[in-house]
Amino acid sequence: MVALPEPAAAGAGWEPFLPGWIVLLPLLGFLVNGAAALLAPGRKAIPTWVGPGVIGLSFLIVLANLVSILGAGAAEPVVRSYWTWIAAGDFEVAAALQIDRLSIVMALVVTGVSFLIHVYSVGYMGADPGYARYFAYLNLFVFFMLVLVLAANFPVLFVGWEGVGLCSYLLIGFWFQEPAKAAAGLKAFIVNRIGDFGFLVGLFMLFAYTGSLNFQQVFAAAPQAFTYGSAAITITTLFLFLGCVGKSAQIPLYVWLPDAMHGPTPVSALIHAATMVTAGVYLVARASVLFALAPFTSGLVAGVGALTALFAASIALQQFDIKRVIAYSTISQLGYMFAGVGVGAYAAGIFHLFTHAFFKALLFLAAGAVIHGLHHAWARVGKHPTEDEVQDLRNMGGLRDALPWTSWTAWAGALALAGIFPFAGFFSKDEIIWSVGARGLTILWAVLLLTAALTAFYVARWAAMTFSGETRVPGDVRRHVHEAPTVMMVPLILLAAGSLVAGWLNVAPGLPFLPGVSRFHDFLAPVFEQAEAIWLAHAGEFEHVAPVGGDEGLWAIVTLALAGGVLYAVFLRVSARRLLPAARAPEPSGFARLLYRKWYVDELYDRFIVRPVLRASDVFWRVVDQGLIDGVFVNGSGAASRAAGWALSRLQTGDVSTYVVAVLVGVLILLAAALGG
Amino acid sequence: MLTESLLLSAFLFTIGVAGVLLRRNAIIIFMCIEIMLNAVNLAFIALSRYVGIEGQIFVFFVMVVAAAEAAVGLAIIIAIFRHYESVDIQNFNLLRW
Repeated sequence: MVALPEPAAAGAGWEPFLPGWIVLLPLLGFLVNGAAALLAPGRKAIPTWVGPGVIGLSFLIVLANLVSILGAGAAEPVVRSYWTWIAAGDFEVAAALQIDRLSIVMALVVTGVSFLIHVYSVGYMGADPGYARYFAYLNLFVFFMLVLVLAANFPVLFVGWEGVGLCSYLLIGFWFQEPAKAAAGLKAFIVNRIGDFGFLVGLFMLFAYTGSLNFQQVFAAAPQAFTYGSAAITITTLFLFLGCVGKSAQIPLYVWLPDAMHGPTPVSALIHAATMVTAGVYLVARASVLFALAPFTSGLVAGVGALTALFAASIALQQFDIKRVIAYSTISQLGYMFAGVGVGAYAAGIFHLFTHAFFKALLFLAAGAVIHGLHHAWARVGKHPTEDEVQDLRNMGGLRDALPWTSWTAWAGALALAGIFPFAGFFSKDEIIWSVGARGLTILWAVLLLTAALTAFYVARWAAMTFSGETRVPGDVRRHVHEAPTVMMVPLILLAAGSLVAGWLNVAPGLPFLPGVSRFHDFLAPVFEQAEAIWLAHAGEFEHVAPVGGDEGLWAIVTLALAGGVLYAVFLRVSARRLLPAARAPEPSGFARLLYRKWYVDELYDRFIVRPVLRASDVFWRVVDQGLIDGVFVNGSGAASRAAGWALSRLQTGDVSTYVVAVLVGVLILLAAALGG
Repeated sequence: MLTESLLLSAFLFTIGVAGVLLRRNAIIIFMCIEIMLNAVNLAFIALSRYVGIEGQIFVFFVMVVAAAEAAVGLAIIIAIFRHYESVDIQNFNLLRW
C-alpha cells in the first residue's frame, strides 16, 4: 500500500482553507447551468449569476489560501486525500488535491482570469441562444483546469488534462451548426490526442521506475530511480513532453490552436490563451525534478520552445484575422515559456505564464470588443457580412475614435506583449531571454531576441491596423460602431491594470535603475528547490554575461530598444499607409505570401499526414473491412456452408436402395474397424 | 452342428440383404427383411445351446417385433399402392432435397 502523507505532517502546521470547494464550486456551477440549459434555455438569470458567481467565490477561496500561505510562510505541499479512486494490489491512487505554492499561483491565475472572462461573457454572449449551455461548458472547463493544477498525483492531473481538452473541443465547436467550426473542434481534439498518448506512456514509465504516481513520492524517488541523463529518464520525459507539445501547441502539434479561434472570443481568451494552453508549461514546472534529471529532454524543450516562438511570430506577421494574429502570438509566447523552463529557469517560465495570462486575455477580450462593436454596427445597417469579413484587419482601421476604451486597453496589452517597460511582459520575457543567454545557448538566445523584435512588429501592426490610420469601415456602418457595454469594459480595464503592474512582482536584480524585487521567485523557490539543486550540481550556475559579452542590464536595454524601435516604426508606417479593404487587397507576394500561407504547414500536414491516413483508412474500410472481414470471413463462411450443404444434399436421393447401400457399407466399415481393432 | 447352423443363418441373411438391395418391389423387399430377421433368429437358437437361455428368449422378442412390423409395414405399402398404383420403390423418391 502506498501511504499518503498526512496533511499535518507535510504542511508543518499550515492548514489550507476549504481546498475542496475551490474545485467543487465550478462543478456545482456546471451542474446548475447545465440543468438550466436543458430545462429553461431561454432564461438568462441563472447563468448570469451562477456562472461568474461560482468562479468568483472560488477565486476568493484561492486568494484566502494565498494570503494564509504568505502569512504562515508554509513551504511544504499539503495533500488532501478525499477517497481512494483506484486500488489494485500495491497500486493505489487517491482522489487527492495538493495545495502548494505552485498550484496556488496557477489556481489564482485560472480563477482570477476566468472570473473576469465569465463577467465579460455575460455581455459578449448575451444575445446567444446557447447562453446557458455556454456557461455550463465554461464552468466545467474551470473545474477541470483546477483539477489539473491542484492534482496531487499524475492520474488526477490526467483527468483534468483530458477534461480541459474535452471542454476546449465543446467550446471551439460551440456553434457546431457551422461545419468549419465543428471541424476546428475536431481538429483540436485529434491533435491533442497525439500528445495525450505520449503523456500516458510517460505515466506508465514513471510508475514502472518509481512505483508510484503521487507527485511527492515520484519526485522524492526520482533521483534514486533514475541516473542523471540516463536513457530511462530521457525517454520518460520525452513522452511527457509530447503531451505538453500537444496541449501547449508547440511545433509540430501547434496547428490546432489557430483553428481554435472559431470558438467564441472569450473562450479564445480563457482557454486558448490564458489557461489551458499553459498546462504543458505547468507540467514541465511541476515535474521539474524529472526534467532536471534529463538534460537532453530539457535541451529539446528549450529548443522546441525557441523555434516555436520564432516560427509562430513569423506567421503572425502576415495574418489578417484580428484573432488569428493573437493566436499565433500565443503559440509564440508559449514557446518563450518552454524556452525558460527548458533551461532550468522554472520560476521565470511560470512568471511569464502569469503575466501572459493578463495581457493575452486582455488582447483577446479587446479583439472581442472590436468584433462585438463591428458586428452590431453591421447588423444595424441590415447587412450580415461573414465572420471572416468582420474580423479582417484590412476591413478595420481608425477605430480609435469609435472605441476609445477598447483602443487604450488593447494598446496596454500590446505594449505588454511587445515587452515594453513598464508593462508586465518586459520583466517576464526579458528574464527568460536572459536565462537562455546565461546558459550559454547562443543560437537560442539570438532566436529569442529576434522573436522579441518580431513580436513588437506584429503586435504594432495588429494594433495600428485596427485602431489607427484611415478607417476602412464603410461610412454608414462606422456611425453605428459603439463601445462595448460596461460589463465587458470592466474586465478589460482590470486586465489592463494587471498587465501594467503584474511585472513588478518580480524585477530581476540585474536590471539597471530599478530596485531588485524577487517576490515571485522567492515565493516559488521551495517548489523548484530540488530541481534547481540538480541543475546546479550538473550544469552549474547561470553565467553573468551574455554569450557575446555584456551583462543583463545592457541586454535588457538592447532588447527594449529593439522592441520599442520596431514597435514605433511599424506603428508609424502602418498608420500612415493607405490600405485596401480585404475584398480588393491582392494576396501578399513573395516571402510575405509564404508567411500569409503559414509556411504551408497545414497543406504539408494535409498532404503527408491527413491524406495518407484518410487513404489508408479508405483501404482499411473497403479492402480490409468490407472485403476481408465482411466479404471473406462473414459472407465467405456463410457461402461456404451453403455450398457444402448443397453438395451434401445431393447424397439425399430419396431412393431407398441407395440408402440401403450406404447403410450396408457403413455397417461393413464399422465391422471391419471393430474386428480389425 | 453349430457350424452348419451358422452357415445356414449367414446364407439366409445374405439372401435377405441381396434381395433388399436388388429388388424393386416393395413387397419382396419386405419379405427379404423377414428372411434376415429369421436368419438372425436361427443364429440365436444355434448359439443358445452353448451360451445360455437368453438367446431363445430374445428370439421371442424378435418374432413379436417382426409381427408388429409386418402389420405396420404392410399397411404403409397398401397406402402407397392406393396412391401410386404401384409398389415399385423407384417411384417413391419424394424424401429428398
